[in-house]
Amino acid sequence: MSKVTQDHLNVNGTKFTIDDSWLGESLLYTLREQLGLYGSKNACEQGECGSCSILLDKALVCACLVLTGSAIGRDIKTIESLAPEGSLSVIQQAFVDAGAIQCGFCTPGLLVTIEDFLDDNAEPTELEIREAISGNLCRCTGYGRIVEAVRIASKASTDTQGTADDGN
Amino acid sequence: MIMEVLIASSAEEICELLGQDNSRQLLAGGTDFMVEVNYRHRSPSSVIAIDRVPELRNWHHDGDSVVIGSCVTYREIERGPLATLVPALAQAARTVGSPQIRNAGTIGGNIGTASPAGDMIPVLSALGAEVSLRSSEGKREISLDDLIVGVKQTSLGQGEFIESVRVPVLESPQEFLKVGSRSAMVISVTSLALITYPKTQSVGIGLGAVNPRPTRARQAEEFIKDFLNWESMQVDPSGLDHFKELVSEASRPIDDHRSIAAYRRHSIGVLAQRALTRIFSERSPSV
Ligand code: FES
Ligand code: FES
Repeated sequence: MSKVTQDHLNVNGTKFTIDDSWLGESLLYTLREQLGLYGSKNACEQGECGSCSILLDKALVCACLVLTGSAIGRDIKTIESLAPEGSLSVIQQAFVDAGAIQCGFCTPGLLVTIEDFLDDNAEPTELEIREAISGNLCRCTGYGRIVEAVRIASKASTDTQGTADDGN
Repeated sequence: MIMEVLIASSAEEICELLGQDNSRQLLAGGTDFMVEVNYRHRSPSSVIAIDRVPELRNWHHDGDSVVIGSCVTYREIERGPLATLVPALAQAARTVGSPQIRNAGTIGGNIGTASPAGDMIPVLSALGAEVSLRSSEGKREISLDDLIVGVKQTSLGQGEFIESVRVPVLESPQEFLKVGSRSAMVISVTSLALITYPKTQSVGIGLGAVNPRPTRARQAEEFIKDFLNWESMQVDPSGLDHFKELVSEASRPIDDHRSIAAYRRHSIGVLAQRALTRIFSERSPSV
């Protein structure tokens, strides 16, 4: 057994020491208010909107439903790890190209969700895409352009894959 | 305020930690508990995180049944070998929340929370599930129907926790159906599981979100027996109307912000008929 006392959170490959007064807070709150990682958004704090989506030991979860103390020692990946500062990942670029961003509040959660989803399923059908993003609420776009962005990203990744394979 | 977070690494340790102080709160997937923490509705001073305990995270085949650890997630139930072994449980798991929720939420959490709308409940009830409980005093088994005694109330003793749940592997048709305002991120307005038992030529029907505790539509199960043909897998349609009524009569629904009692009573009957006729095609025996 381990009693969690002062310890560190492993976020995007970096170890952050946190004070034990944060252990009883949600991971979302700690990421934003203690670590200054504002990419994960807080809209509901009840697992309804998906705007706080992160990867915890490679599983897509809502950071607002994770207790900080129980995330100690685990591998946490947030939206900030998607692409190096100043550049865009394939999916981020696809969102721009498809016009899938309006107010942008849902975007980080969707990007983390879709990144994880395409890792598993490189060439999804529309139904699979819609099921994959069913936990991410967007109040602006009506989802059409988001689905389109996933298609563009899926095509871009499989095309690159094809080129790389051809080269071998 | 939560002052202490303990991470258990074995079932034995959970027993010890609860033995020292049984007011400690167990934390599995957190999908219900954390909402209460975030909204400051609950703040136990000590929390035991149990979701890394290997015994609780695994499931195994045991003769004619599978034993599913309490921290197995909906995601693990919804696909892979478990989905083949207990298809209705997989169907129900797939309707829970969103991918994010299903990666975190656990079957033991669903049972322990004991919400009438818990999606595992009607399936486990129709399967006659047995739940394994453990404490520093020892282990015991109890049927799911006896474990959940009311709305969000269980008969768990002091310092006792849910270790696993055992369900039969039947290799015969099963159905789970749910009514809600949309397909994802929805809490059941009504739900229903129908399990076929070819050996005894009977069906088990579990009702969801219409009773304070797990409920089987026993009279309907008994009544429909005479109308089923297990060789042709057909149902005599003349029995369906009364079957539907008996299922509705087994419900004691309420009016709340999600729906009204009258609709719940009606729709639970419709779900029963739909589930039955998906498995048994409608044809009168004389044709
Ligand atoms: S803030 Fe976590 S799901 Fe909405
Ligand atoms: S772009 Fe505004 S909520 Fe999605």
